[in-house]
Amino acid sequence: MNIELASKIETYIASQILKQPNRKILAGEPLISSGLVDSFSLVDLALFVEDTFGVHIDDTELNAQTFDTLDQLATLIESRQAK
Amino acid sequence: MTTFPQRLQSLHARTPERVTVILQHSGQPDLPISYRQLLRGANTYARTYVREEIQPGEVVILILQHGEDLIYSFWGAILHGAIPSIMPFLTEKLAPERYRADLSALISVTKPSAIVTYPEFESEVRGALKKGDSIRSVMLTDKLEQQADPEFGSLLGIKRSSEDIVLLQHSSGTTGLQKGVALSHQAVFNQLDACSRALNLNDNDVIVSWLPLYHDMGLIAGFLMPILSGIPLVLSSPFDWVRAPYKLMQSISQYKGTLSWLPNFAFNFCSQKIRDRNLEGVDLSSWRAVINCSEPVRFESHQAFYERFKLYGLKLEALQCSYAMAENVFGVTQTDLSRLPKVEEIDREAFMVERVARPLMEDRPAMKMMSSGKPLSNTHIRILDEHGKEVSERKIGEVALQSNCMLTEYYNRPDATTKALQGGWFLTGDYGYVSNGEVFVSGRKKDMIIVGGKNVYPQDLESLTYEVPGVHAGRSVAFGIFDDEAGTEDVVIIAEVQSEDIVEQEKIADAIRQHVTKNSAIALRYVKVVGPKWILKTSSGKTARSANKEKFLKELEEQDR
Repeated sequence: MNIELASKIETYIASQILKQPNRKILAGEPLISSGLVDSFSLVDLALFVEDTFGVHIDDTELNAQTFDTLDQLATLIESRQAK
Repeated sequence: MTTFPQRLQSLHARTPERVTVILQHSGQPDLPISYRQLLRGANTYARTYVREEIQPGEVVILILQHGEDLIYSFWGAILHGAIPSIMPFLTEKLAPERYRADLSALISVTKPSAIVTYPEFESEVRGALKKGDSIRSVMLTDKLEQQADPEFGSLLGIKRSSEDIVLLQHSSGTTGLQKGVALSHQAVFNQLDACSRALNLNDNDVIVSWLPLYHDMGLIAGFLMPILSGIPLVLSSPFDWVRAPYKLMQSISQYKGTLSWLPNFAFNFCSQKIRDRNLEGVDLSSWRAVINCSEPVRFESHQAFYERFKLYGLKLEALQCSYAMAENVFGVTQTDLSRLPKVEEIDREAFMVERVARPLMEDRPAMKMMSSGKPLSNTHIRILDEHGKEVSERKIGEVALQSNCMLTEYYNRPDATTKALQGGWFLTGDYGYVSNGEVFVSGRKKDMIIVGGKNVYPQDLESLTYEVPGVHAGRSVAFGIFDDEAGTEDVVIIAEVQSEDIVEQEKIADAIRQHVTKNSAIALRYVKVVGPKWILKTSSGKTARSANKEKFLKELEEQDR
């Protein structure tokens, strides 16, 4: 996993979505299936990923099956960047 | 005097091939359903209810996601004369144990005979059943009778009377005993007649909705009204909309949609989260009314929505308001679609201190109020003081209503029915005032929080907080703060703990966030864990929600500086 990339997402989720800037998010911590990232914030997360990393995540992919953790999201972004 | 099955029969006879519902699913082609198909699908369920020995007049609970089965099982119950009630499906947000407990509680009050669900969900439903309860059948969507066109003469639903209860609508609430609003065929038709008149509903209309069918706004405006009025409905789901709000705009454009209902926050959500590239070629000029309903209406939300979409043909006068509740079937008021909703500035101090909405004179602190419109033609409104006496124009009081489309009762809850209906008037629990015949809703009697159109009682959230290790009973306070950006309320929970250690406090904050969300399906915006003596109490030792809210807002302001 790209640490720098993951850390950018972590900062975004902690400060913008959870409103707890000091909150640490573990690489394998469930985000969607746990309800930590609410469905109302999923569009924001997708827009953030698109603006920051130039990677499109389709609305049909905004679910725990596609990515649920920081680790999985970072891997998804990297694999699309590589294309 | 007519009933749902009779109306369906006549629509089926007159226009069997007319498309009544265009069902949308993200990632799948749109599915048009004609009246003939609707009734065939519904009849399959009606025959299955017969097989399962469900009697007319008995309640069936539908636990299904957005889709054909939900639609057919609902209308199938109607054709059979049973009373359908749609319940929310379990989501990732809610803990299965809590879902089961809520379902058990619902069964014990409502005493349904059957539950319809998917085979994959059967064990979850069975987990909520208790020995000796009222459920005689858990009907699965893969074990239905063979398809066949309905023979209206032999359908048991055709014998129902217009005063019989046709459906139950469960009011939202996070935990505990819910109230099932029981509505008669006649009450629903009376509402549809009054609402159609106010909207000038006509053959050119197309209703577009993503609203959930377990909520009155979705069930009545976004489901029953179009289907029973012969108006096409384009129906998607809240699950898909929240992930792709732009699809609402694309649907309006594609199907020349004319009417939609949205909760206030959706106006903000759409204006903020839709990219230009998803709006290419979109034409919103057919939209003649986008009706703001089910949470406090904000002028700023309309403005933001208009600014975002005016380039795509949205008309300013399309943005309208309604005040509605399940106990009146749906609509109570509706703004006049031929002009903009009235917006006025009132004196803030007079509002707070004198409880009067005085138009602003000179340069004083103001509050902006947007009208919810005049009462529907069949509904009368009174504004009452704390003694139940009617107050004069512009005085703030509790909104009470009377109409020919009121609930029959809260199902199996005579206690709650008696409390809510006094002298033939329904007490809404909302505060507001009347000016020139228009109703302005200004707040709520109880501390209820409305987040994204969903009602939440703070005491329910506080009780859940006490279940988290480290938090003691009585040491938590929950309240809503209005979020201008989101156009709805954010939920705040503050909990006092012994530890002053920041790391320990963050850990408890996390545990609270997880536990409360899992047990209420409410996302918490702010969870603040504090040391001893932070929470303000009244002299009698009760938690003072408004005082704590003020303290929290002040700290938040200082933090942002």
